[in-house]
Amino acid sequence: MPKRQDIHTILIIGSGPIVIGQACEFDYSGTQAVKALVKEGYRVVLVNSNPATIMTDPELAHATYIEPLTPEILEEVIAKERPEALLPTLGGQTALNLAVALSERGVLDKYKVELIGARLEAIKKAEDRRLFKKTMQEVGLKLPKSGYAKALAEGEEIARGIGYPLIIRPSFTLGGIGSGTVYAKDELLQALRRGLEASPVNEILIEESIIGWKEFELEVMRDSADNCVVVCSIENLDPMGVHTGDSITVAPIQTLTDREYQAMRDDAFTCIRAIGVDTGGSNIQFAVNPGTGERMVIEMNPRVSRSSALASKATGFPIAKIAALLAVGYHLDELKNDITKETPASFEPSIDYTVVKIPRFAFEKFTAADQTLNTAMKSVGEVMALGRTFKEALQKALRGLEIGSQGLGADGKSPGEGLQTLQDTAEVGRERLLNLLKDRIRIPNCERIFYLKAALIAGVPAREIVEWSKIDPWFINQIEEIVEFEKKLKGAPANPIERDLLLESKRFGFSDFQIGFLRGATERQVRDWRLTMNVIPTYKSVDTCAAEFQAYTPYYYSTYEDEDEIRPSSKKRVMILGGGPNRIGQGIEFDYCCVHAVMALKEEGYETIMVNCNPETVSTDYDTSDKLFFEPLTLEDVLNIVDKEKPEGLIVQFGGQTPLNLAIPLEKSNVKILGTSPDSIDLAEDRKRFGALLTKLGIPQAPNGTALSFEEAKATTERIGYPVMIRPSYVLGGRAMEVVYDEAMLADYIARATRVSPEHPILIDKFLDNAIELDVDVLSDGEDTYIGGIMEHIEEAGIHSGDSACVLPSRTLSPKDLATLRQYTEQLAKGLQVRGLMNIQFAIREGIIYILEANPRASRTVPFVSKATGVSLAKLAARVMVGRKLRDLIPAKLLTEGPQMSWVAVKEAVLPWSRFPGVDAILGPEMRSTGEVMGIDRDFSRAFAKSQAAAGTQLPKSGGVLFSLTDKDKPAGSQIARELVKLGFELYATGSTAIDFRNQGLEVRTVLKLTEGRPNVADVIKNRDVVLVINTPSGKRTRTEGFTIRQAALQHNVPIVTTLAAARAALTAIRGLKDGHWTVSSLQDYYADGKKNFKGSVGAASPIHG
Amino acid sequence: MKALLALESGRVFAGLSFGAEGETTGEVVFNTCMAGYQEILTDPSYEGQIITMTSPHIGNYGVNEEDAESRKPFGAGLVVREISGLYSNWRAKESLQAYMQRFGLVGLSDIDTRALTKHLREVGSLRGVVSTRDLDTKSLISKAKAAPSMAGQDLAKHVTADKAYQWAREGGRWIRRSFDKAPELLTGERFRVVVMDFGVKFNTLRNLSQHGCQLLVMPAQSTADQILALEPDGILISNGPGDPAAVPYGVESLQQLIRELERRTKDRQFAIMGICLGHQLLGLALGGKTFKLKFGHRGGNHPVKDVATGKIEITSQNHGFAVDAASLPQKDVEVSHLNLNDNTCEGLRHRRLPIFAVQYHPESAPGPHDAAYLFDRFLQQMTAKRAHA
Ligand SMILES: Nc1ncnc2c1ncn2[C@@H]1O[C@H](COP(=O)(O)OP(=O)(O)O)[C@@H](O)[C@H]1O
Ligand SMILES: Nc1ncnc2c1ncn2[C@@H]1O[C@H](COP(=O)(O)OP(=O)(O)O)[C@@H](O)[C@H]1O
Ligand SMILES: [Mg+2]
Ligand SMILES: [Mg+2]
Repeated sequence: MPKRQDIHTILIIGSGPIVIGQACEFDYSGTQAVKALVKEGYRVVLVNSNPATIMTDPELAHATYIEPLTPEILEEVIAKERPEALLPTLGGQTALNLAVALSERGVLDKYKVELIGARLEAIKKAEDRRLFKKTMQEVGLKLPKSGYAKALAEGEEIARGIGYPLIIRPSFTLGGIGSGTVYAKDELLQALRRGLEASPVNEILIEESIIGWKEFELEVMRDSADNCVVVCSIENLDPMGVHTGDSITVAPIQTLTDREYQAMRDDAFTCIRAIGVDTGGSNIQFAVNPGTGERMVIEMNPRVSRSSALASKATGFPIAKIAALLAVGYHLDELKNDITKETPASFEPSIDYTVVKIPRFAFEKFTAADQTLNTAMKSVGEVMALGRTFKEALQKALRGLEIGSQGLGADGKSPGEGLQTLQDTAEVGRERLLNLLKDRIRIPNCERIFYLKAALIAGVPAREIVEWSKIDPWFINQIEEIVEFEKKLKGAPANPIERDLLLESKRFGFSDFQIGFLRGATERQVRDWRLTMNVIPTYKSVDTCAAEFQAYTPYYYSTYEDEDEIRPSSKKRVMILGGGPNRIGQGIEFDYCCVHAVMALKEEGYETIMVNCNPETVSTDYDTSDKLFFEPLTLEDVLNIVDKEKPEGLIVQFGGQTPLNLAIPLEKSNVKILGTSPDSIDLAEDRKRFGALLTKLGIPQAPNGTALSFEEAKATTERIGYPVMIRPSYVLGGRAMEVVYDEAMLADYIARATRVSPEHPILIDKFLDNAIELDVDVLSDGEDTYIGGIMEHIEEAGIHSGDSACVLPSRTLSPKDLATLRQYTEQLAKGLQVRGLMNIQFAIREGIIYILEANPRASRTVPFVSKATGVSLAKLAARVMVGRKLRDLIPAKLLTEGPQMSWVAVKEAVLPWSRFPGVDAILGPEMRSTGEVMGIDRDFSRAFAKSQAAAGTQLPKSGGVLFSLTDKDKPAGSQIARELVKLGFELYATGSTAIDFRNQGLEVRTVLKLTEGRPNVADVIKNRDVVLVINTPSGKRTRTEGFTIRQAALQHNVPIVTTLAAARAALTAIRGLKDGHWTVSSLQDYYADGKKNFKGSVGAASPIHG
Repeated sequence: MKALLALESGRVFAGLSFGAEGETTGEVVFNTCMAGYQEILTDPSYEGQIITMTSPHIGNYGVNEEDAESRKPFGAGLVVREISGLYSNWRAKESLQAYMQRFGLVGLSDIDTRALTKHLREVGSLRGVVSTRDLDTKSLISKAKAAPSMAGQDLAKHVTADKAYQWAREGGRWIRRSFDKAPELLTGERFRVVVMDFGVKFNTLRNLSQHGCQLLVMPAQSTADQILALEPDGILISNGPGDPAAVPYGVESLQQLIRELERRTKDRQFAIMGICLGHQLLGLALGGKTFKLKFGHRGGNHPVKDVATGKIEITSQNHGFAVDAASLPQKDVEVSHLNLNDNTCEGLRHRRLPIFAVQYHPESAPGPHDAAYLFDRFLQQMTAKRAHA
């Protein structure tokens, strides 16, 4: 069937901020869908609250709303845009939930909007575990036994029927709070009680645990003619019990016979048909008993998912694009496979390589979190690698993960390294070693793969490891083969090793670094051996068809084989290095920048070559760049591609710290780095050099010093004066940064800072308290400087810029301050000889402007600034880096005066607290947010309110507000309290805050602390007497009463504000909320206004990008 | 141990030996199924062919008792990127290497199978030799050149049953039972199907048996009279290896059977279903022509469209020859199925008589089950005869 003609306007909902479990894969899918539907001639309206997405680029959709993803806002958009159809299957769980909410509120009926892709019944059947179970049973598919209980007795009854082990999952809780596995009857009652307690509706699901079974996923597509295909099959190396998002996964399935696989495929089709997903992609999870082959369905997601993105990258089949086209009526056979061009999309990809995905975690930032991997997802990103064999792909993935490892150990840097030698030392002994290994293997954790290897090296028999881990023997054997080879390589005679052995090492996936480590040579030497012996990688294409047909899409991975498939090209080429796996501090924002660089350079006539290993991203979509290399971002892998492609230059400033770290080594290898020179990058990062530059330029910096010991630290601190900001020099992203208020804290910090050495001193800065922090994104071509935006933070300095809300344009700065900021910014751009982007952080304290740091590279805020002002900084920067001049790219007035906005944009950070019960929800100098949202409106109060709503904090309009403040915040806090009372709120406060408020003449109810009896803080929060919590932490790192208040608020999803600055902003927002309802405008409308108001500032529907 | 693959094109791949040692010649073909190597090796259609699996890890789940498609492996050799050092599956009985050794089957691993596949795609299927004995490339290339070409070869005669037998289930196992005359239908058996065995796969027999057919398997050279004497409700023309044009006796029998169908009234008409080689033989018998494809279709992911319903099925395929759609007599025969990758004829149907055939494998094994409905179609045709009676 050709596409539907009865629809003209289609609404697509994005997935909002990046959170654990919902990351940039939905930008990838949404972007594909928007592009595909626009190309088909539909009018596309897009809503997403996340500005750091390609999908929200105003050139893509016809109307782009960066608005909170709430039913109220969506209704406004629908009323305004009147779409005939809503496509909810590309924006993750968020979009599906919204579709259901809109439908249930009657909004879709009222405005005659049709759900396409998946109908309401289908969404419900898949999402409601009860309905799902019923539907599956009706068509004869098996599921783990389960039942719902609302009381203890009921729970015991159900448990009797199921047997042990069993899983308890409370209904409607976040992050697996209150869930757990029960292994024996004597643990049951307690677990039931805990679960019922945790659930806001006092209900739990009790389910048969099939922990240890093999886990599989199938990515299925269906069209409206009921044609079904499996795009990709995925096997989880970590068996059932570890969330698929946290599992190492492998494509295609390795340990099932065709007979077993086909039966699973049949079940998958039965499932998708029974659920009734009309068109598009679905992800279906299965468990298989390793002893009998018995198979069960675990769940189905009636939408494009994280695994779909993985499957798309793993096979070359663009699931999201095809899903969007199927939703408007096309059939699979009417669509072409883009990669082969001649064959249709109605086929099942066959792959002739092995794909390994490994999740990336951020536990180092949440040390109090339970690090055991279980049924709730905890990872923040992932890396994917392709190799011809599992061994090769596994090692590539591990070195692409950027956790320091250069592969599966053999690098002196990986977890479990050198453990085997422990047994030789008397005090450890074999027994203790074995116990340690058993522990790290039996209980799933993010380093398990390394311990598997350590156990093999320690001589633990493979079958014992299988017994401990329940990982399929096939995978353990693969690792054993790596271990065996490692021994052989290590034991080989003199260096350089023979060519055959060197080649074999590469075929086992060993990096030059690992080979060097095992052979007592440097990475550089091994590279030289390879080059002299002609052991160089071959690049193979990802072609969906195992070479059966000619592939036209240049999507490559490296391997060591006979034949290379790269087609040489005569065009001038630029290579762009991506950011690798998402992590906290380096996420989608950098991918956005890379993609923009690609777009701009294509327009400049360059062939663009993208290198990245993150399967969730737009940058790794095969049609983003001219050539895509799906490779780890290590010096070795990048140099190999450079050798092959010989680009004119490399762009390393857009992918975050990952490529930036390669700048100097690459330059040393005679690779040309475009834009700001590596030396300037180093200058900005080197405290001594940078300090000297600042002195020369006369730009103030907070007094600072370094120290190697407590004595030195004490001396430095006494010179500077408390409080100080203190950090080790070897970490980035605010890792281990702390504010130290007194000598005791200082001593404690030094005692904990383990790796202090002359190369890694401790850095000490005067802590600028009560200072306003600013972020400036700036663009320079060496002659002109364009200030993209001066963002004023809501939270004061001391809260990491990535975790702080900020506003554009700035709110409280005087013209004089702004002028000084401009001057400093321009001086620095010149001083650092910036060619491209730079981000500078400033703090203003008592009228003095200090510089905190300058990073001559694309920053996290580039997408926000670009979206807020309508000027695409990343694109302009890319053009500048290849020699274009700003004055040819930007209208003169804009260049000199900067963007003029008749609107306000607020960025708010989104934090993963609910995923990590037990971690204290306070902000600090260490970044912990996973994503961001933008609120945009005509004034600050509404823009801020929107940013809060978008971040999931529904500010209340009435109710009780609980205050618990530190002494220094009490005076200012009472002002805020007074204003809230005027707005009709009731006050609650803990002991001393209540007394203080009462002394100020405020009417307030005292709430008991947890230890003081009941009803206490937890009770008022749970009972919703309190709808907003304002709690400022004491600054000490002790588990205070505040901690329990914050935990209770999180658990019961009551908004919590932890700084007075944010409380003040919240107050303004509540005021704005109370006098009016939400209104929405598209970016295109804002920009059109901007054009009216200020000629040349922002282009109408097409913003400035040169 | 080292082993070499040499092709008639002059290209040589050096790798390691697995399975049996020795030397084997055959037509080198590639299969893109990601699993199912046991079914593929034991499919008689691979007689005389050295099979390259494009999927890099082979042997992972070993070999089991249930997944064999015939009594022994027929492929002439197996070429893989990596042979698994360990097999893991609850049904596995032995490793692929041990199995191949048991049957004297030569294997080659650790070569760039993708380069080989691309080579075959570009120049077409080639004759080749895999050897652990002769590591002289010149000598091997000349052996490859001297090997017989697939075109013109009747390989069905090597793989067919040497005498007629009944294929039945007894005591939970499949057994072969000899017969002189057609046995009575038992309860649960609805139809008698005679299988003309050009290299039939067990899964075809399993499928038909599960559909309630009594199965009488006849050697390829059986005459129409011998078949008709069994009074079949249906005749299945099986898959098989080699060039259909080299099996004139099969075509001859089919022509007689078709003439017999023309003579009979509807209530006495038996149904004919052809699979793969059976499809080609029917094509020839109905007056069409066959030709050799450049590198054939071998895999489990080929999209085929049922022309009548528009439905797409993902099919299991294994053929080097195809029926030339244009050569079929339009008035009697229509193309029922098309390959969406290259538009070749994937199925045909007689306009008046209960005859249909498909080029692909409704019995799959390995491959998707999408085409299993064709057995129902066969059954429906046999039922229709009853309805006329
Ligand atoms: N009955 C069970 N026994 C053991 N593990 C389970 C069971 N059900 C689910 N799991 C594990 O929990 C993970 C998450 O469960 P799932 O139902 O897929 O939820 P989600 O919606 O978070 O993906 C699965 O990937 C699986 O590893
Ligand atoms: N001297 C200081 N006084 C107050 N706050 C500071 C000071 N230095 C850094 N900070 C705070 O710490 C945060 C992180 O520090 P920064 O140097 O920007 O590290 P990163 O490299 O992680 O961005 C800043 O955003 C700022 O809020
Ligand atoms: Mg799941
Ligand atoms: Mg910073």
